This record gives sequence, structure tokens and C-alpha cells, in this order.
Amino acid sequence: MTAGFIFAQFLTGLSSASSLFLVASGLSLIFGVTRIVNFAHGSFYMLGAYLAYHLIEWLPTGILPFWGSVICAALIVGVVGVIVEVVILRRIYHAPELFQLVATFGIVLVMQDAIFALFGGEDKFGSRAPGLNGVVRIFDEPIPQYDLALIALGPVVLISVWLLLNKTRWGTLVRAATQDRDMVAALGVNQAWLFTSVFFLGSALAGLGGAVQVPRESINLLMDLSIIAEAFVVVVIGGMGSIVGAFLAAVLIGELNAFGILIMPQITIVLAFLVMAVVLIVRPWGLLGKPDAIQHAGDQIDMPLREASLPGKLVGLLVIAALVAVPYVLDDFGIVLATDIIIFALFAASLHFLMGNSGMVSFGHAAYFALGAYASALVFRHLGGSMELALLIGPIAAVVGALVFGWFCVRLSGVYLAMLTLAAAQIIWSITYSWGDVTGGDDGMLGIWPSEWARSKPVFYYLTLVLCGGGVLILRKITHAPFGYVLRGGRDSSVRTESIGIHLLRHRHFGFAVAGLFAGIAGSIYVFSKGSIFPDEAAIPRSIDGLVMVLLGGVHTLAGPLVGAGVFRLLEDWISRLDFWRAILGTIIIVLVVVAPQGIAGFFHTLAIRFGLAKGRESL
Amino acid sequence: MLELNSVNAGYGKARILNQLSLTVERGKVVALLGRNGAGKSTTMKTVIGLLPVTSGQVTFQGEDITRYPCHRTAQLGMGYVPEDRRVFPDLTVDENLEVGRQPPRDARPPWTPAQLFELFPNLLERRHNQGKQLSGGEQQMLTIARTLMGNPQLILLDEPSEGLAPRIVEQMADTIIKLKESGMTILLSEQNLHFARLVADQAYVIEKGSVRFSGSITELDSKPEVLATYLAV
Amino acid sequence: MSAQVNMATTEVLRVDTLCKSFGGVDAVDNVSFTVQQSELLALIGPNGAGKTTCFNMLNGQLKPDRGTVSLMGENITGWDPRRVWRRGVGRTFQITATYSSMTVAENVQMALIARHRKTFSLFSRATRLYVTEALTLLELVGMQSQAQRSAGILAYGDLKRLELAIALAHDPVLLLMDEPTAGMAPGERAELMELTAGIVAERGLSVLFTEHDMDVVFGHADRIMVLNRGQLIAQGDADTIRNDKQVQDVYLGGGSMFAAEGSDHA
Repeated sequence: MTAGFIFAQFLTGLSSASSLFLVASGLSLIFGVTRIVNFAHGSFYMLGAYLAYHLIEWLPTGILPFWGSVICAALIVGVVGVIVEVVILRRIYHAPELFQLVATFGIVLVMQDAIFALFGGEDKFGSRAPGLNGVVRIFDEPIPQYDLALIALGPVVLISVWLLLNKTRWGTLVRAATQDRDMVAALGVNQAWLFTSVFFLGSALAGLGGAVQVPRESINLLMDLSIIAEAFVVVVIGGMGSIVGAFLAAVLIGELNAFGILIMPQITIVLAFLVMAVVLIVRPWGLLGKPDAIQHAGDQIDMPLREASLPGKLVGLLVIAALVAVPYVLDDFGIVLATDIIIFALFAASLHFLMGNSGMVSFGHAAYFALGAYASALVFRHLGGSMELALLIGPIAAVVGALVFGWFCVRLSGVYLAMLTLAAAQIIWSITYSWGDVTGGDDGMLGIWPSEWARSKPVFYYLTLVLCGGGVLILRKITHAPFGYVLRGGRDSSVRTESIGIHLLRHRHFGFAVAGLFAGIAGSIYVFSKGSIFPDEAAIPRSIDGLVMVLLGGVHTLAGPLVGAGVFRLLEDWISRLDFWRAILGTIIIVLVVVAPQGIAGFFHTLAIRFGLAKGRESL
Repeated sequence: MLELNSVNAGYGKARILNQLSLTVERGKVVALLGRNGAGKSTTMKTVIGLLPVTSGQVTFQGEDITRYPCHRTAQLGMGYVPEDRRVFPDLTVDENLEVGRQPPRDARPPWTPAQLFELFPNLLERRHNQGKQLSGGEQQMLTIARTLMGNPQLILLDEPSEGLAPRIVEQMADTIIKLKESGMTILLSEQNLHFARLVADQAYVIEKGSVRFSGSITELDSKPEVLATYLAV
Repeated sequence: MSAQVNMATTEVLRVDTLCKSFGGVDAVDNVSFTVQQSELLALIGPNGAGKTTCFNMLNGQLKPDRGTVSLMGENITGWDPRRVWRRGVGRTFQITATYSSMTVAENVQMALIARHRKTFSLFSRATRLYVTEALTLLELVGMQSQAQRSAGILAYGDLKRLELAIALAHDPVLLLMDEPTAGMAPGERAELMELTAGIVAERGLSVLFTEHDMDVVFGHADRIMVLNRGQLIAQGDADTIRNDKQVQDVYLGGGSMFAAEGSDHA
């Protein structure tokens, strides 16, 4: 490795940092003001790339048309961002974080199908930028001129945005709104338009980030989720809402990728995670971030837990009886679907335990599901095909994973915690995806079948019912136990919990492991129910599935995850046969968040209160 | 100047204000007294538009503002100083003032930072400091100064004396009296009777979101049963 | 009830030359004082004088730069807050911190569960533990009739009393109260302080509190200390403090914000 090569690699890192910075700064800006973690930001980036590609192809070749296309693409994306803000997000600014996140993921799904419908599914390769298609020799290494232009673009945008924020009245208002938006409104500023303008700028920056990538990267439908994970890492390292921090972090991650690829190709995200973990432990709010001044008032006050009433217990018994009767009533197809639902009920219940009861919102709960599944599959493959042993080791692996990642995660709170969990899941995903020799990579692992005695559909169903249904009951028991109450208390007031002598961090860490354990059990059973396992089980959409299930059921109801898992699987089973099922699912999710934020179970619970079947909140 | 007519309001389904009616006349300082939870802060937030009115009517300078969003009410000339001294912590004193700036609404000359620094001399030497670096008293001064930058004709002051040292509370009282002399109308909520007696012309005592007494401060002092029942004095 | 009962007239807390600075500014500068058993001691001073910093060092949330804190003769300087709590220092907060998604009784039960180190228990029912003890504590602060209500909907004054019950759950020898009457109506303030004084007398614990309402301070504190710019500038009874020229200058002002001498409560 010569010095020239290292320098060239360094410049490559800087140039990819520029695009990353554009995306991350937009994300950070939007989060700072609206407090929304916008998953759809990656979709804006992807849209920017597609629009620029087609504009460039359509217009005659030339310097002006090229840069004109790039800028037009950014502006169009900005307008799309405004539409999304005005039509959807404006209605959910006061909803809890989880709802906002899930809604923006609904937007991701809709945008994926929209872009597919407009531009087609095949990968696209942009031509080089006119006027910048040569190379410059630096230390004898060829450096593309376009890369040098990108290296310059980053600081130019940084300075422009910084000036805009610090030297204009608009910027002062935006920074004020970041700290206290109601107060800004009380001082006579129309915050709706302030938010919309921020959304325009943020989305346009994402679009610009995508547009400038056209000459460098292939354009495809996977760009959205791959950039969003990186952008999250950058924003968290830099500090939420800090533009300068985002720049520093983008450079850091850009360089890490440039050099990491030489040492550990494919799994540079692991390096990024390690850096992020180290940064967050030294500076819990990122390099230039500040402690969150605003308490999250979005979450409404929860009711105290009550022991189930007599009608409640009867309903519970009826549900159990119905579950036991499933193999006698349904055909094989129905039994398989029911098995699926019970597995996901446990997955959702474990996420609910973490999120609803303990206030630790996880964007990456699929990590522990996948850890359980892959560990089971590997044990089965390499240790003589024993399902029993696999079902034992799988959950243990998930707990170990949860203990390791949890150690970092529980030290943080709110959005930071959520993003760290997402990064953890991305690591598991990239390991399963890249470590082909062991995990089979993209091809997954096949032929993981249950032991002889459990191979019939009804028997396997009962096995699932005992392990997963039992898991749900145990989780419920823990929720009502002192340990569950400590976590609940920690969610309500960490100050109070610490001041009555409870080591909250330790309890949260253990709680994280408990949630990981039950997700792992669900994953272990899942792999045998399907006979195979693929990296998709660790990917972002799987984590979001869990969130949607919890949301469908209602965050504040213990029965919620079960109802949610059932409804979600049936729904998925039905619409996945349709064209544009992503867009349909995405639309359903968005409508649900906007219209029925208390979820299905919560909705029925409210009904039950109204008819006197359940105890409600006292009035004041 | 301000009139509330049988207003019901609250958070979500919880109704805090119950058929509340009150009037604030131009140029007067009116104190809203009552226990914690009686609905004083809710009244303030409802008037400025941070909380929705479920029924009833709010009129400001003859205009029905019942359904106005917060920023529109503020632009009409109403200033709001919240109870917990919400300065923008990362903005400097100057920037905090800039956020509050609105064009003047009548012939009177608009407030300038220079005039405000005369009114609150402590702020001048700290004008380049961030909000979070100020002491509690300075923050309270800044929230009032920031509101004045909007050239309001009526100011809502929510518990201005809360959590401040007695000496600072006295300064606060002086400031309010000066503002009144300049023609400002003020509606303030208070727990501190000493303070209310110093500055207010008129008082409303509220309990459970309804008015239980209205009259001048001296009338209030002559009614020990009102003081005992609603203020537990 | 606890070990210190027969140690009447003893010194509960001794603070010796305590110092803490932030970024070169002395927040607490060479402060020394003692708290006697059954004493209701007020710590007053201008906003930013260092009262909260002082409290944070007493209960372990902050480590002092210099100086020592001794509780019942034992040096507890630099202990972490949980250990200080276990040794008998309770605290209530200026902004109430209770569990809004639990009932009033469960709030107190949580403190009892923590005291009995049952927090990792996975399968017992939390709501059935230490019910009697919790109700006894709630009775002490006059909250037993509201035991089954959700803490999230309590009136402010009741939240303050609930906090008191929670703080008493581990039988503290010293209670730190941060502006206990902030945000209350005048009469409610007096009620809460009388309740506190009653508990102090009955249980033999000591209370150190900060406060800006001089009616409360002059009416209820056995002794008053004044902190200004991190230094103790005066201490003594109500009359001494009221007539101290320096205290008037930096803190009390012209005297219009509290009842005149002789018209105190109690």
C-alpha cells in the first residue's frame, strides 16, 4: 500500500462523505424541528437519484443540462417532501414517536412501489458527468474529477446551510422551534409553514444527495433502506439536529467505509457501529449534539395495570380453548397460518414488553429473532440435526446478543436508543448476508426440518403453542411482577426510580435481555416451521413488521400484540398476492396511524370501557 | 379588551375550565387567583390558543378569536409569558428577542432591544449569553422582554413570581407597574398574594375552572371567607 | 423504628468545607454546616446561589471537588446516590417525580419493593406486596383514601404529599426537600409544612429544605441558612435572618414579599 494509494482512498472517502452528508444533514434538520425520525428520507434520496438519471438521459448531453437536471431533481424531491408533510406528517406531530416512525415507513413502502411503477425495476447506470469525466493524477494515482467536485460540494452546502440557520431570521426561528415549538407559535410565528419550509429544504438536500450519486453508483430500488441506515448512524454520531456534527460524522463514516473495505469488505457497517457505540458512550448525545431539552409530551399517560376482571379472564380462557381447537377445525393451510400467527404474537409481545412497558423503543428487534433463528439453524446443521438442541441454543444466542447490544443501548434513551437498536440489527443482517460460507449469504439456509415426532402440522402447531403461547403468558406475568413494574416505573420517571435506590440501568439491561430471549424463542421455532432462513429475517422491514403489529394491536394494551400479530399476518397473507402490495400495505399503515392511533385492541378496550365491561381511567 | 364567555376547555377529555367568564379592561392589571389545579394556567393557554376551546367564546379587541390558532392570536397583539420561563436555551439573549419581534399594531413606536435593556438592565450585559446561562430571574425578565418585542397590547403572565427570590419578585412588581403606566393591559395568574396586592387592580378567584369571586383587590381582602375557602389562607 | 431513635440531640449530618465548581465558577464554595436530629432546617438564597448543587452533593448525585459529608458520623462523601439512599437520605423534588401510570398505593409499594430488594422478582404480583405498609405510610400523609387512584390524575398538592410518603418508605434519617411548596396556594403551603413538621416530631427525622416563600421559611423552619454565590453568608433563627442587612440586600429585598414580623404562622 503506497502513500499515494492511501491518499487516493482518503479522497474517495471524502467524496462519498459528501453525498452522505447531504442526506444526513436533511434528516438532522427535519428531526431537529419536527422531532420526526423520517424513515422516508432514504426514499427521497432514491427518488432524487431516479429523477436525475432520467432527466440527464432525456436532456442533451452537456454541463448545463447535467447540473440543471441535478438541481431540478433536488427541487422536485423538495416539493414531494412538502406534499408528504402537508398531507400526512402534519397530522401526527403530536403522536408518540413510534407512530410517526411507522407512518414514515408506510411512506417508504408507497414510494418504493411508486418509483417502481414510474421508472421500472431494473438497475440503472448513469453516464459520467460532462466536463468532469476525466481523472486527475495525484501522487500518481488517478482521481476522478467528479470525486473532487463532490469533495468541494460538501463544505459548500455545509457553509450555506450554516449561514442560513445562523444569519437569517428564518434560521433563528428554525433554531427556536427546534427548542420549543409551542413557544414560537405563542410569539406569533406560523409554525406550520416553518415546518413545511424545513421539510422542503431537508427533502431537497436528500434529493440532491441522491442526484449527485448518479455518475458514481448504480441506481436501484434498494438504495432507500441502505442509505437510511447509514444516515441514521451519521446523524446519531454527529448529534441530532447538528449540521456541523453531521458533516464531521459523514467524513468519519465515509473514511471508515473507504478504508474498512480494504480490511473487512462487506461488513463496514460493523465498523460504523463500533465507532457509533464508542462515540455514544463518551458523548451520549453525539459529537456535537445536546441533551434533549424537550420532554416527549407526545405519549399520553398510561392507565395503571389492573388484574383481569372476571369477564376478562373468561375471554382469556375462551381464546386459549379456541387455540387448542385449531387443528381440529382448520385444514393444513389454516394450521400453518395459525402457527405463524402464534410465533409472531410472541415476537410482537417481546417487542411490546420492551417498548410499551419499559419505554425502550427498538427499531431493530428483528436482530434477536434472527439471532435465535440462525443459531438454531447452525446448531441443526452442524450438531447432528437435533431440533431439541437447536431450540435450546437459539434463544441462548439471542440472549447473548441482546446482552451485548443491550449494554450499549440501555444507556441511551428515546431516539438515540432506537437508532442504536436499528444499527445493531443492521450488523446482524450484514453478517448473515455477507458471511456466505457460514450462513449461506443471500441464499439462506435450507432443509432445517423439525424432528420426526414433531413433523406433522398439528404436532408442530402444539409445540409452537406451548413454547410461544407459553412465552406470551410468561411475559405477561413478568409485566405484573416487581421487575416489570420497575421497568414501567423507569419509563414514567427515571429520576424517581434512581432516587428510591433502584439501579435502573441494570434493570433495563436485564429487561432488554428478557425481550431478546423471547424474540429468540420465536425465531428458533420460526426456522423449523419454514424449514429455511434468509437474511431478510434480520432486515429493517422485519423489525418494522413487529412495530406495526404492536401498533395495530395498540401500545397500551397487553392483549395488543396478540391481536396485532393475528391481523397483520392475515392482512399480509391476503395482500401479498396483489400487485403493488407494498403500496397497499403502506397506505393501510399510514391511514391506521392517522385515524386509529390507539390500535385495534385499544379501540375495543375503549368500547369495553364505554359499555362497562372494563375499568377505565377515572375522570378528573 | 379581552372577554371570556362561558368557556369550557381542557386537555383531551379532561375538562378543566367550566363555564368560565371573565373580562379584562384596557389599561388594567387583572390577577387570576386560585389553588394549583384551579385552572389558572389552563385559562392562559386557552386564551392564547395553545389549548382548544370546547365551547363558549373568547373575544379580543372585539374580534372573536375562539377558534384562532396560537400564532394568529399572537399576531393580533396578545403576548403570552408561560409559567416555566421557557426561554430558548441555545439562543442568545439577542436571538431570543429576535424570535419575538413582530411589526407594531398601532401608532405607538415599536419596542426596540435598546428600550428593553433599559427596562431590564441585567439583560444588557448578558445579551450575547445563551438563554440557558441566565439565572432564573434573568430568564423570567427575558421571557417578558421577548414578548414585548411583539408589541402586544395585552400580556398574559402566568405565575411570574414563581420560584424567584423575594428581591427579584419585587423588581418584577416594579416592572409590571411601569408597564401598566405605559398603558399596557395585563392578565396575570398568581399564587403569591403579596405580589398580587402590589400590582393588581382587580382579581378573579377561580376554583375548579369557574369564577368564584371577582372584584378589586381591596374587596377581596375584605372577604376572609373567600380567601379561606378558595385560597386556604 | 430505626437505629437513631435513642440518639436524641445528636448530629445527623455534618458538612465540612464543601466545594464544587463548574467551568471555573464556584457553585458551592467552602460551605460547612450541621443538621441536628428532629431539626427543620431551611436553606435559602438567590436563584443560582448553589442550593441545588449543594443538595446534589449531599445525596450523591454530584461528587464534591473538596470537603466531606458525614451522615451519623460516617463519611459518605462521593458515595453513589443509591448507597446514600440506603443509608437513610431521602429526597423530594421541586418538579414532582411520581409514576403516573401506577396507582398512588403502587407508587409507595415500589419504594418498599426497592427497600426490600425485590426489584428483580419475576413472578410475584407487584400489587400484592407490602400493601399494609404502603397504606400506613399513605395514612401518615393523609392520602389513604386516594390509594387506588391513578397518580397521573392527582391534584398538585396531593402529588407533593405522595412524594413525601414515597420518601418516607425507607425510613430516612434525613430528608432533603427541594422547594417543597413551589406552585402551591398559600394555605396549602402551610398545610404541607405543618404535616412535615408533625412527621419530623413523631419520627425523629431531620429535614433540610430549600424554599423561596419566606412565609413558609420564617413560619416553619427551626433554623435558616442563607447561601449567596456559593457561600454561606448567614445562619440563625427567623428574626436574625430577617434583620440581616446583607441578606436583605442580596435576597430578601424591601420585605414586601412576606408577612411582617410577629404575624407568622404557627
